[in-house]
Order: sequence, then C-alpha cells, then structure tokens
Amino acid sequence: MRNIKFLLQKEFRQIFRNTAILRLILAMPIIQLILIPLAADYEIKSIHISVVDNDHSTYSRRLTEKLQASGYFKLISYGESYEAAMQEVGNNETDIIMTIPSNFERDLVRERHSTIHIAADAVNGIKAGLGGAYAQQIIGKFNQEILEEWTNGLSAKAKAPVTVSSALWYNPQISYYLFMVPGILVVLVTMVGSFLAALNIVSEKEIGTMEQINVSPLKKHEFILGKLIPFWVLGMVSITMGMIVAYLFYGLIPLGSYLVIYAYAAIFLLAVLGIGLLISTFADNQQQATLFAFFIMMIFILMSGLYTPVESMPEWAQWVAAFNPPTYFITLIRAVYIKGSGFMDLGHEFLVMFGFAILFNTLAILNYNKRG
Amino acid sequence: MKIFFAFVLKEFRHVGRDRRSLFILLGLPIVMMLIFGFAISSEVKDSKVVIIDHAQDAGSHKLIDQINQSRYFTVVKNIQFETEIESAFKRGEARLAIIIPSGFATDTENGGTDIRLIADATDPNTANITINYANAIIRDYQQQFMPPNPNLMSIAVETRMLYNPQLKSSFNFVPGVMTLIMMLLGTMMTAVSIVKEKEMGTMEILLVSPMKPIWVIISKAVPYMVLCFIDVLLILFMAYTVLDMPLRGSLPLLLAVSLLFIITTLSFGLLISTLVDSQQMAMFISLVGFLMPALVFSGFMFPIENMPMPLQIMSNVVPTKWYYLSLKTIMVKGLGLEYVIKPIIIMAGMTLAFLGLTLRNFKVRLQ
Repeated sequence: MRNIKFLLQKEFRQIFRNTAILRLILAMPIIQLILIPLAADYEIKSIHISVVDNDHSTYSRRLTEKLQASGYFKLISYGESYEAAMQEVGNNETDIIMTIPSNFERDLVRERHSTIHIAADAVNGIKAGLGGAYAQQIIGKFNQEILEEWTNGLSAKAKAPVTVSSALWYNPQISYYLFMVPGILVVLVTMVGSFLAALNIVSEKEIGTMEQINVSPLKKHEFILGKLIPFWVLGMVSITMGMIVAYLFYGLIPLGSYLVIYAYAAIFLLAVLGIGLLISTFADNQQQATLFAFFIMMIFILMSGLYTPVESMPEWAQWVAAFNPPTYFITLIRAVYIKGSGFMDLGHEFLVMFGFAILFNTLAILNYNKRG
Repeated sequence: MKIFFAFVLKEFRHVGRDRRSLFILLGLPIVMMLIFGFAISSEVKDSKVVIIDHAQDAGSHKLIDQINQSRYFTVVKNIQFETEIESAFKRGEARLAIIIPSGFATDTENGGTDIRLIADATDPNTANITINYANAIIRDYQQQFMPPNPNLMSIAVETRMLYNPQLKSSFNFVPGVMTLIMMLLGTMMTAVSIVKEKEMGTMEILLVSPMKPIWVIISKAVPYMVLCFIDVLLILFMAYTVLDMPLRGSLPLLLAVSLLFIITTLSFGLLISTLVDSQQMAMFISLVGFLMPALVFSGFMFPIENMPMPLQIMSNVVPTKWYYLSLKTIMVKGLGLEYVIKPIIIMAGMTLAFLGLTLRNFKVRLQ
C-alpha cells in the first residue's frame, strides 16, 4: 500500500509538471463543447434554391414568395435559364432548382393541371430529400390556397376521419444542444481515459524509465493502480469541467441526479482506462499509441449512437455498438440529463459497464509484462 | 541530391519497420469506409414503439399491424396506461408511443376520431422523422374511408435527384473519409515523427549532416506523402468496388487535387513540428488545431449553412473544406477543372503560407 502512495505522488507531480497534458485537459472540454454543438445542427434551415420561372405570372411569383417566406429556403437566383441554374449547382451555390413551366397559370386555370419540376443536388442525400419534401409541402399548400380562391372556399376538403395530434416529450423546443452536449461530454471523458493514460505509460517506455520501474519491487497490480488512479481523477475532473461548461454556455442542468452521472462516470472511467492500459501494452512508442488510440476512438465514436441512432444500424453494426462502452454512457447521460432517469431505470447500463471494467482491466494486467 | 535520397530511404525504412503502425495506417481507411458505408446511415428505421390500444377492435388491430409491418417501426409492447409511457421512455425501451382511443373502428367510419402520438424528443431529429412516418402510415390507413375527392386544379410535382438518384449517403462521406485520413497521416504523423527526433535527441545528429537542415525535415515528410497517396488510391478503389460509387470526373484531375491537398497537410505538419518540442504537444496541436476543426468545418459531418455566421466564416480558412468541395465536384458531379479552380488556388495559397511560416520558424540550432 505504501508503494502505491509513493507512486501516486510521483505520477501527480509528473502530470502537474507537464503543461501539455494540463492544457489538453483544460482546453479540450471547452473547445469541444463550444464548437461541436454549435456546428452540429442537423435541422436544415436554409436550403439554397434557384427558381427558373418560365411563366412570369402572378401565380409563379406568388409561389416563389411562399418558398422564401417558409423559412426553409434561401432564394439564390430567380431567372429563366435552367442552364444558368445548373451552373450554380456545379459551383455549389445552390442546392435545389425549381422550374416553373411556361403557361403555368394559364394551364392551371384552363386545363386544371400543371407540373412543376424540382431538381435537387443529391450529393448530400439527406439535404436533397428534405429539401424536395419541403418544396413539395409548400407547393401543396399553395395548391390548396388557389383552389380555395377559385371555389370561394366552398370546396373545403373532405374532413379526414382520423386526426392525429402529436407531442414531443422532454425536448419540446427541439433543442439540438440538449441532445449533443451530453453526448460530447462522454467523448471527452473517453479521450482523457484511453488516450492520455496510454500516452503516459508509453512515454515511460520510450524514455526508458519503464525499465527502472520494472526492476523496482513494485508489483504488477501496484503499478497498474498507480497509473490508473491519477487518470481516473483527471477523468472525473474533466467531466466536472465539462458539466460546468455545459451549464455556463448552454444552461444545461441534468433533470436527473448528478449522483447517477458521477457513479456511472466512475465505472466508465475504469473501463476506458483499462482500454488505455491495454493499448499501452501493445504500443512501443507514443506515435503508435496515438494511432491505436485514434483508431479505437474513431470506431467508438462512430458506432456509439452519438450522431445516428443505433437501431437504424444493420444487425452486425448493432453488435459492434453493444460491445462499445461509450454507447452505454451516451444513452445513460442523455437519459439523465434530458429525461431525468434514475438508478432504477438504468440498471442494465450499470451492469454492462461493470462487466467492461473488469474485462478490460483483467486483460490489461494479464498482458502487461514486467520484462518489457 | 544523392544525400537527399539517402535520407528519404532512411525514413522509408523507419516507417516500414513499424509494422503495427503501417497496419493501422492502411487499415484505418478500410475500416472507416466499411463503417460509413454500411453502419452509419441517417435513415431512421425499426424505431421502437409502444402502443396503448383503448379500442381493441378490428380497426385498431389493422392499424397496429400496418405500423408493425412497416420498416420504420417495431412494436415492442402493448401497454395499458399512459403512466407507463414515461417509464418506457426513461428506460429507453421506446422512442414513440401511439395512443388509439376507444371505439376507434366505429368512430372512423362515422368520421371523427383522434390518435395521439407521443415521441421521446431526446433525439429531436429522430423524433420528428418518426412522427412523420407514423403520420404517413395513419394517412394511408384512413385513405380507405375517404370518399374520392374530385380534385379541382392540381399542381403535380416531379422531383429529380441529380447525381445521386438513390440518395446514397456514401456519396457524401467517401470524400469526407479521404479528407480525414489525409489529415491524420499528413499533419499529425509527420509532425509527431519530426518532433520525436527532437525529443529523443537524434535531431542533432541529423542537423550536423552535410545536407541543408530544411531538407532533413522535408525528407521526413516524403514517406507520409507516399502513404497518403496509397490511402487515396485504396479509398477510391473501395468506393468503386465495394460501395458502387462512380467516379464521374477525370481521375488525373482528382489525383492532382489530392496531391495538392496532401502537400498542404504535410506543410502544416512541418509547421507544427517547428513550433513545438514534445510529441504530446504536437499531437495536441494537430488534434485540437487541425483534426477537429477539419472534422467540424469541412461540411462532411455537419452542414455548414446551418452554423452560426462566425463559424461559417471560420470554415473558409480550414483547408479541408476546399478539398472536400473539390472532391465532391470531381467525383460525384463529374465536373471539370473550371469548377475547382477556386479551391485549388485557395489550397495552393495556404500551402505556400504554411511553408513560408515553416521556413521562418525553422531553427538550425537546438537550444
């Protein structure tokens, strides 16, 4: 036990001496938490649209105005040439071209029918799909409007037998920050845990001080504990800082209890530190460790449901997500922050994480070879 | 020149000796292509639904069947009381609750019933999409009770999806993966490998060699340039064979632009290496100063138009944005040089700026 005390003293001194790590721990949460949620707004608000109006009638102008007034679209150009609009698509200036045919108004009045063409730049499929759907919605409303004008509102459409009312619970304002910020907190803690711990141990290998530790009377588990505890503390500090930043910048306070978050973070950190230790046993130098950590982080983040829901993934990918510790923490921290879930609701998540913590640390200890 | 080649050869040996890193450097693009190609999709499907069926009649059963059969939903259970919705949401058992009122079947035929949808809006995007899907299914269901409507005056809408009629998301992310990999290799690995020599003290040995010091560090960048290029070819090959992504534009142009971007990332890596003394600091700067902004601002994960104005302006100084734009223009849209000339000029300008700063900061002597 005394050995561990001295080891801890040494580790903490080294950490405080190394300004790079301290800066990393201070700067990462702030930059990540401020930048990413601001940028990660998937709500598509201003789709750039070019209108090719071959009609120049009251109707075509009214429709164009309706598009602009909807708030979804930003009118980039209004002209008569489809080729010019295509040029704009090529230059990435516009996303959608709406072509109003000549005699649009006359056809509607006389033939009761006309067709509008929409061409969407579908390189980004989501944007094109949404943009097309919004445009269709607006054209539908416009259609209804002129229909009512023509029939003096008499043709009130047949009342639908089933009406649907919907409610959005927990997040009625549709705030993306509420969704993204807690998730990014998890990414942060994962980085501190796995990446920094691995780098620290590997740098001992690289500098050669690892050999000195190996010839000391320290036991395997003492060494591992001595490395684990400081980074565990740092991880807890970084999640605290993250939560403070979340409160200061976004006014986010968990609806549930801090106790649940801290309790889970404590176990989660053990698991990711285990992964960090495991990485350090595989890597000989810091460059390798960085690459390994980056590789694993990449998979962790992409497969965790941070950006896209896990249920939408194919079966094999859902299995990968099931063996991915951040998946559980992200689910949990969102549930606590947004829905106020408590220990009773999240028993499953706790059990799984206990399992991960034991598994990874056992592997790391087994894999750590005192002979180097 | 002969000495320079000797140095380059030495660096190649260094990189080649480290099998594990090589394995990751070549494996990373493959794994990322597979993840993005097959695992990540923004399409919402199989959302878990709980249903409160107060009616329990033929109509409600038919509607529930239709919901369950659609690819968007899986009905996980039927519950009795509305209070159970909350606990289902809190445990994450469901994303949507559908409440069907009693007397559903008879009321539908007599024209007037109301279904309630309650979504767990923790993930606002998914919540909106599930509500839209549920609405569409209910609309389909009630179509059978509606009298045919003699629709006066109709505007038909014909929508065409340019370049990507099946709306595959791979068209969007393949260029993104290329950008990311190149930054990892070009900037981070180059900077770290140079700083490592400083940290280990071997830099001094290199600097006293007969070659000009600046060439010493340029020779360190060469193997990473080659690796980057191999990764570009690997990604293109996978995109073409595994993900069925066409290469519509000219391959030489694409490779030329890639080469330019590789040089941009390398020169940034060189710049970092002149500024810092420890590997950890080099990693930190390339991660926070380059990799993360690149990920956020390239427009690959998040749409740039949605960002607040200051961030939109910032995105212009991130080289990845320009590379990403030109990749999409060449690969997916199949357009030629005249459409990518602006990004090319900007990237070339950035490269020159990075190299200029590197030369200015480069110290021949170590402290």
